[in-house]
Amino acid sequence: MPTKFREGANPMNIKWSRWKTILTCAFLVLAIVLCDARAASALPAGKVIALPMFARKYGLPCSACHTAWPELNNFGQVFRDNGYQLMNDRDSPIWQNPSYFPISFRITPSWHRETTTNQQVDSVPGNGLGDGIGTLTQAGFDLSGMDLWSGGTLYKNISFILLPSSDPTAVWHFESAFIRFDNLWHSPWLNVKFGRFELDNLISEKRFLFLSANGGLYQIYHFDNPGSSNNFGYGDNQIGVELAGHSANSYTRYSVSVLSSNEGGVNFTTDVVPGGTPSNRSYDVNLAFSQAFNAPGTPGESGFGLERVGAFAYIGQRPTNYETELGTQLVGINNKPFFRIGFAGDLSYKNLELMPLFIYGHDNPYLGAGVPSTAPLPPGAQAPTFYGGFLEAHYYFNPQNVALARFEQINVGQQAFTNTSFGGSNGNITAVSFGYRWYPIMFSRAGVALDGEFSRVRTIGQEPESGNGTGVVGNPTGAVWSNSIYFGIDFDF
Amino acid sequence: MTLKKFAVTFALGSMALLTAGATVSTAQSHVNSPDPLLGTPSVATETSNIDGITGHAESGKHLYRRFCIGCHGPDGNGQGMNAQWIDPKPRDFTEATFKCRSTPTGTLPTDEDLYNAITRGFVTTNMPSWRPLNPQQRADLVAFIKTWSPRWAKEKPGASLNIPPETAITIESILHGRELFQKLECWKCHGPEGHADGPSASTLTDSKGNPILPFNFSTGERFMCGDSNRDLYRIFMTGLDGSPMPSFADVIQPNDAWDLVHFLRTLQVALPNQELTLWQTYKAAHGKDLKPIGPDSAGGAQ
Repeated sequence: MPTKFREGANPMNIKWSRWKTILTCAFLVLAIVLCDARAASALPAGKVIALPMFARKYGLPCSACHTAWPELNNFGQVFRDNGYQLMNDRDSPIWQNPSYFPISFRITPSWHRETTTNQQVDSVPGNGLGDGIGTLTQAGFDLSGMDLWSGGTLYKNISFILLPSSDPTAVWHFESAFIRFDNLWHSPWLNVKFGRFELDNLISEKRFLFLSANGGLYQIYHFDNPGSSNNFGYGDNQIGVELAGHSANSYTRYSVSVLSSNEGGVNFTTDVVPGGTPSNRSYDVNLAFSQAFNAPGTPGESGFGLERVGAFAYIGQRPTNYETELGTQLVGINNKPFFRIGFAGDLSYKNLELMPLFIYGHDNPYLGAGVPSTAPLPPGAQAPTFYGGFLEAHYYFNPQNVALARFEQINVGQQAFTNTSFGGSNGNITAVSFGYRWYPIMFSRAGVALDGEFSRVRTIGQEPESGNGTGVVGNPTGAVWSNSIYFGIDFDF
Repeated sequence: MTLKKFAVTFALGSMALLTAGATVSTAQSHVNSPDPLLGTPSVATETSNIDGITGHAESGKHLYRRFCIGCHGPDGNGQGMNAQWIDPKPRDFTEATFKCRSTPTGTLPTDEDLYNAITRGFVTTNMPSWRPLNPQQRADLVAFIKTWSPRWAKEKPGASLNIPPETAITIESILHGRELFQKLECWKCHGPEGHADGPSASTLTDSKGNPILPFNFSTGERFMCGDSNRDLYRIFMTGLDGSPMPSFADVIQPNDAWDLVHFLRTLQVALPNQELTLWQTYKAAHGKDLKPIGPDSAGGAQ
């Protein structure tokens, strides 16, 4: 057995884990000290990069809209809620020089190291037997996918976003593409969005600050019970129509979305690139509401900041069977329901931002068992459920330096089968992530962020949500540990 | 990965951060503190008071860095990185000259004036409404803005204008306002129909010599310093300091000022309003009797 697999056979090798953890933490601490010292002395001020197409249009510093790019602050939220308009009578494209084109791109060259334990491998490379259990470690320089953003106003109170996005191999899809009719009947409470878009999440995964394979996603936004045929992910962009509204300062917000039950897929499939299974003909509904308020500070000081809390619910359905022609699947049928409900917050204490989120998920037993609803349920089948969430913390030393941390826990409340041999904890996830982002160059036309992260995820008996590993768990009752160490230079123009 | 390899990786990563930091840090700037030798108020102690909220300049400095520096600049002089692309140019806080005030021309505005300006923003400029910031943050910004000029240490804001109750909106009031519009030569800049096309319009400059356009009543729904009749009254009684728009406080009486307000509303043809309805009805019946506004009506517009 090769040495690297022998090492990995014991995923809880205490000595190695401790050293790696110490060194990684030391790296991040050094980065924090170094970056903050520089930021305190001579760094550019207040020009956190936004989507430069908007920064170019309005001449505002990007930090006006972002706590730290790309996360929005309340001013940015209002701008977005108003249909990418500042409402100062300069929003229409006719105010721009004809040479202005609302486009920007973003990509992140990186070095990263991914380690995943408890993977099925060939005990002897090349034997093709998959008869070993080992650790898969990959490291090197890499590229992220690329976003090619375009957005703005087509006319006063008619806005749009078009976001072709590629994976690192340049396979493109439309991540977002919608038109929005804003302030209908001169009311901010009535706005209609039509197309493919991110759900109205209080905590956005599309605008968050982690980039690494394991840390660069909210696990719970993509979690489904082990074995379930449900492919829904709360963090995935969906396709449909959204009615949304907000108060003048966006302290109060609501949205109601009616979406195709196909996970944002296009061309009547369940994916945005060719190869998805056929979609069904039904619709899902997403509801979201949030309320913000100002937290007063101690007497004689300024306030703590803006506090926002909200709740959401997604009620959907997925097919359990398909109409076919000569065995070829045509259209999903025999839908069965599922739902996700939860609450979230975005809380401030001066320079500290805390973002808690909780979700409870419930699927119909047929989705959990993965059998057509026209057939009897297999023995022991039951409605799979899960619950969990995360707490994410950001500390803003200034608009250009932010330290990040997140703890996430997901527990399977009820497995799809009572008689599962994998145990009640199968699928449980525990994840921790730390990071630091430093924005050394932040102009209104371009920006660069240096991003350092460490993320560690434990998944019981399942592949990590990041997709790291070989795709097959070696010991399905054991834990899979997946670590990411990441350093990237995130830039957009 | 062995411990040795990991340590090498760690060292390389650290060096990359160091190199990047050293490369860019020399080319950047940050918010400069006002020069104390100029006698400007101290950032550490300067405050603002707005309707029971006390703003702190120290907190405002951080907010200024985040929200304002791109246009108003690290020295508060309106020379931010984006200023070259902006028209009209951003305000120069070191001069402490502000358009939207409730105080007499030439005097400092009140804290509330600055707070209202930040809250409202300025239409047809790049200054947006900062209402999404909470009241405390806006008050903090007001306090910090006052640290850029020594005037804030030496002078007190002027007394706020006392605006009398609005007079009745009548056709007589509108007609009298029309006479004043002719007599005070408002039309020379704003144009006879309020289209901002008067004979002087193309020659106007602000106090820094930058070209500036008069307000176009026919397309503008909101004024730079508010949108109510009281705001309009205040604008021409205090003037817009730093712009060619003078104060008329010493020229017309309050009742006359309200008449002028009522007439100016009739020029806002894109904004349905009571004055416009009344005027259009009158004009349909008596339009042929009205003298046109302009140089040929030296004896009066009516």
